[in-house]
Amino acid sequence: MLGVTIFPTFYALILSFFRWEYILPGRPFVGLSNYIGIFRDTRYWAAIGHTLLIVAGAVSLEFTLGFLLANTLVEEIRGKRYFITALVLPVMVLPIVCGYTWRLLLDAQYGPINQIIGFLMGKPYFHFPWLSFTRTAYLSIIITDVWEWTPFTFLVLLAGLTSLPVDVYEASVIDGTSSWQQFRYLTLPLLKPIIIVVLLFRGLECFKMFDILFALTRGGPGKTTETICLYIYRIGFQYFRMGYTAAGAVILLLIVFGVVALALVRVVEK
Amino acid sequence: MKIQSSKQEPKKTYFSRKLRIWGRYGIITFALLFALFPIVWIILTSFKTPSEVIHSPPIWIPREPSFNHYVGALKLRGLTAFKNSLIIASASTVLSLLLGSMGAYSIAKWGTGGKLLPLSLLAMRMLPPIAVVFPVFLIFKTLQWIDTYRAVILMHLTFNLPYSIWMLRGFFAEIPKEVEESARIDGCSELGVFGKITLPLAAPGLIATGIFCFIFSWNEYPFALVLTRRNAITLSVVLPGYFGSQMVFWGEVGALSTIAILPLFILGILVKKHLTRGLTMGAVK
Repeated sequence: MLGVTIFPTFYALILSFFRWEYILPGRPFVGLSNYIGIFRDTRYWAAIGHTLLIVAGAVSLEFTLGFLLANTLVEEIRGKRYFITALVLPVMVLPIVCGYTWRLLLDAQYGPINQIIGFLMGKPYFHFPWLSFTRTAYLSIIITDVWEWTPFTFLVLLAGLTSLPVDVYEASVIDGTSSWQQFRYLTLPLLKPIIIVVLLFRGLECFKMFDILFALTRGGPGKTTETICLYIYRIGFQYFRMGYTAAGAVILLLIVFGVVALALVRVVEK
Repeated sequence: MKIQSSKQEPKKTYFSRKLRIWGRYGIITFALLFALFPIVWIILTSFKTPSEVIHSPPIWIPREPSFNHYVGALKLRGLTAFKNSLIIASASTVLSLLLGSMGAYSIAKWGTGGKLLPLSLLAMRMLPPIAVVFPVFLIFKTLQWIDTYRAVILMHLTFNLPYSIWMLRGFFAEIPKEVEESARIDGCSELGVFGKITLPLAAPGLIATGIFCFIFSWNEYPFALVLTRRNAITLSVVLPGYFGSQMVFWGEVGALSTIAILPLFILGILVKKHLTRGLTMGAVK
């Protein structure tokens, strides 16, 4: 069964040494030239930069909001079970639907978000095109990802907070620690393994972002929000540069696999 | 002075406690609004009339709720897509449970593959599908498997099978060894132990894992996008088709999105207890 993924990877590896382009005849062996091309391809590395920017923005926000929410809901409160169920719903929504839903919400004319902002600012005809400017497009992508995945960080951190030993906290209260000290010297160290899990899962998943982007901006305006997965998809299925795509995919696999292996080794050591 | 402060203190803590409770409800209300508003909006959109959908400023509540968009969306390949999604997600779920439970049993009981195999399964789950989708496309093209169920199901197995092996391994490991051992002493074969003891005892875990596999397959986009054309098209691939170059059929998008989301909400509520565990692949229980 492993073969189903390993075989295509090897096939990609072989392909990456050939020049196989839709517009050119023949498939000559070209050695490493595809790889050199990728290393020189500013669009490839720009796309990786865009991806890292989105990952940094989205994951840090998701973590902060998730942590805040988990802290709010860790104590008993009336209706807690129903709150949790309702808050978790976005995780189940198809990522592509998430993207389109937010595109509609943010729509310059038909979207309620502009309407609400316009209402608050007292301008009835507020038509801001969120996805047409690079900065607000990034903001929109990050908000969409935050909307879908904060429930995940919330759930996991909540499970972590609930499992913390009560007696340690009771002891710290007797010792007279402040709530900040409690948080800094008790909660954070005790939660560390779970925090690592959250950041690792979200970071890797977010790095793969494709669906939301495909629905929301398609890399636009221009190519300013193009992520690495979208770029590889494009050179493969829009420009039909087979060998080049394969080289790009192999490099991406090596990067991701390196991160995964490093992370796993560290987690396993502990 | 001392007496005064001791008199005031309970009042102060009472107020700060009240304030904290209100603060908490405030945060929860805000979070609920943020989480539910987009879902409510897309459902409301699906019931609006075409002129209400593209009304500026937007109309929130449809005046005459209509099912026209549902009829339209289902006719516009929506029904085929729903059927296909159902077939593909069910098949990949059943297959990954079937193969996964056997793989998981051998890893959990005999440590097959040592430490490396489970870890590489985990790593496999995390790799970006885009990196393999292109060579996969070329291979399936030569096999003439493009736009067939088996192509999509097979590719969905690449993430669901590692997932179900990894999850079931955890569930199997929780079954006390003594139960299985005593069955063995009573003359049960290894296959009998697996089928009559382990599987029934792990049934809740099996169901939860299955539901997660179903959700992952249902939601998957890149493989389905690349490997399907007309016959095997899934819900996630049909949706972008409603975006023309000139106009967007938001009503149909809303209707089909609603159709695609609601079954998942039901499934999600069914696995609520295992949600954290399922989403973190068992890293957090």
